[in-house]
Amino acid sequence: MSTKTNSNENILEVNELKTSFFTDEMEVKAVDGVTFAIPKGKTVGLVGESGSGKSISSLSTLRLIERPGKIVGGEIKFKGENLLEKSEAQMRKIRGNEISMIFQEPMTSLNPTYTVGQQISEAYKIHENLGKKQAIERSIEMLKLVGIPSPEKRVNQYPHELSGGMRQRVMIAMALACNPELLIADEPTTALDVTIQAQILELIKDLQERLNMSVLLITHDLGVVAETCDYVAVMYCGKIVEFADVNTIFSNPKHPYTVGLLDSLPPHDRDIKDDLPVIRGSVPSPAEMPEGCRFAPRCPFASEVCKTLPTLETDENGNQIRCWIYSDKWDGDPEVKVHAKNTERTS
Amino acid sequence: MFKFIVRRVLQTIPVLIGVSILVFSLMHLVPGNPAQIMAGESAPKEQVENIEERLGLNDPLPVQYWNYISNAVQGDLGSSIRSGRDVTTEISGRFWVTVELAVYSTILSVFMGLIAGIVSATKQYTFTDVIIMIIALFGLSMPNFWLGLMLIQWFAIGTDLPSWVPFFDDTAWFKPSGWGSFEQIVLPVITLGTAGAAIVARMTRSSMLEVVGQDYIRTARAKGVKERVVIYRHALKNALIPVVTVVGLQFGTLLGGTVLTETVFAINGMGKLIIDSIQARDFPIVQGTILVVALLFVLVNLLVDITYRFLNKRIDLD
Ligand SMILES: Nc1ncnc2c1ncn2[C@@H]1O[C@H](COP(=O)(O)OP(=O)(O)OP(=O)(O)O)[C@@H](O)[C@H]1O
Ligand SMILES: [Mg+2]
Repeated sequence: MSTKTNSNENILEVNELKTSFFTDEMEVKAVDGVTFAIPKGKTVGLVGESGSGKSISSLSTLRLIERPGKIVGGEIKFKGENLLEKSEAQMRKIRGNEISMIFQEPMTSLNPTYTVGQQISEAYKIHENLGKKQAIERSIEMLKLVGIPSPEKRVNQYPHELSGGMRQRVMIAMALACNPELLIADEPTTALDVTIQAQILELIKDLQERLNMSVLLITHDLGVVAETCDYVAVMYCGKIVEFADVNTIFSNPKHPYTVGLLDSLPPHDRDIKDDLPVIRGSVPSPAEMPEGCRFAPRCPFASEVCKTLPTLETDENGNQIRCWIYSDKWDGDPEVKVHAKNTERTS
Repeated sequence: MFKFIVRRVLQTIPVLIGVSILVFSLMHLVPGNPAQIMAGESAPKEQVENIEERLGLNDPLPVQYWNYISNAVQGDLGSSIRSGRDVTTEISGRFWVTVELAVYSTILSVFMGLIAGIVSATKQYTFTDVIIMIIALFGLSMPNFWLGLMLIQWFAIGTDLPSWVPFFDDTAWFKPSGWGSFEQIVLPVITLGTAGAAIVARMTRSSMLEVVGQDYIRTARAKGVKERVVIYRHALKNALIPVVTVVGLQFGTLLGGTVLTETVFAINGMGKLIIDSIQARDFPIVQGTILVVALLFVLVNLLVDITYRFLNKRIDLD
């Protein structure tokens, strides 16, 4: 379990990454010191509420942040090299080749004016210098790999001729075209209906094992995490609040926010219509971001010390936690027990 | 698609009928006896009657309209009062001049407009962008005839600058009138194309800015596509779809809008034919020319609609 402290085995290490958006009035710190690592060949889930900065973290990794956004600090080590120090030309060689990305919106993420084949083969032309004919042949192979029926026909179709699920498969085919070592999937199934969701996740999992990829899977669905991830990073207001292997997260969650997320999950044996416990309050707006622990205003255990920002502490297993409860400085109820009500998911 | 074309073609029929009624009524909307007006105030009675006879002005209006339309459909638009020649012959000599003028001006608008629009969009909010947009605003708000006169003053007659001013001391590079040679074409095309270039520039800019923010542009970047290729391959192709419409409509407008430019530069096109014929009170020519221009306008719009639909069918499923 100590993979994440050994940098040789991590394909990606993000340290204290900071990305801000500069609006007229203020600096919105969308990603505010994010730290996590992805061990080689493993899947890391990045979970958190909407607006917690998951997409911005992943886009920052590929340096795809556009104005008014800007990466303002930290480092992103990919295979030991800091991506933030690379030139734009070097980054282009990495994008779509060594690190690929799948986006949240399959309906709008493909260019409506080019065929599926043209869009996939572009990756081969850029990164492998293939000619048109070869590139199309490889594209057809890729379409076959992601389970698209009659790929010879599909390759000449335009995105509008495909369903959402098919488009997401095309996106995956495009992302995996050049055998990337790391795949970043930003909520790849959110926009799809439930049966298609399961198929797409199964596909990603299957391809990961076959191609020995590392995956960063962004989602706000803990059910998806339980089924696909090896590690989980929980994000809240631009910061990682907990990082642990998937078993620990579900059996022994430590951060009150993680617990809140788990409790709001419908357990398998309960009818979804029953009232589920929810985390009280809502995500603070950038203007009223608390100085101390970002979660304190919503935390049922919040104490005096929570008015200062806790640091991200690593335990002997390599799991990380950003919460005062687990430190010597804790000044609240010494007997406090943070645990989820329904932990049967782990079984 | 085929159904759409048929429907769209059928839709032009009421428009054409409306136009023909309007054109036909022109003669009768003028106060007084049209025959007298055509013949002139002091013309002898026989001459007026002669004109009335020739144009069938004594028939009831619906009959006159029917005659006019049924002849027009067969390509007979009557004959000129002044020269006595067929209206169609008079027009055919002028038709291509105007079409050429409109085509060159459209090419200029598209060329200038696209470049300016793309540069502006890729450099949004920079000094370059602001300057281009200010120039475009000027281009849009400058009256045609004024621009034409200014161009003639500066680049056909020439400036009065003393001879020690380099380059600009003698700027009479082009001809102020006529049509055919390069020196004659440049100034009228600039005059007519400037407003269009401004419109295309603004349209391209806003369209580009919208497209550049789309998800598929991010996808292209995430694939490792060069920024230049992202702009010219991935963004431009999509951004051009609305621009095509604007250009098409612009071309139609130019066809009808050549009147002032042709007059300023003494170009014998359809626009000048209309003006000259109005002054000469040669109604059959006025009617015929307006009818042809209107027909052309409707036709161009039809083509634009179909093209747009074709380009856009990949986007809206409808
Ligand atoms: N263009 C922008 N301008 C200003 N702020 C932005 C911009 N884009 C994102 N943000 C800020 O960044 C924060 C994080 O956004 P992000 O898209 O990463 O959230 P997310 O965790 O991916 O949410 P979701 O689950 O909805 O996808 C947002 O709350 C928002 O305040
Ligand atoms: Mg997101």
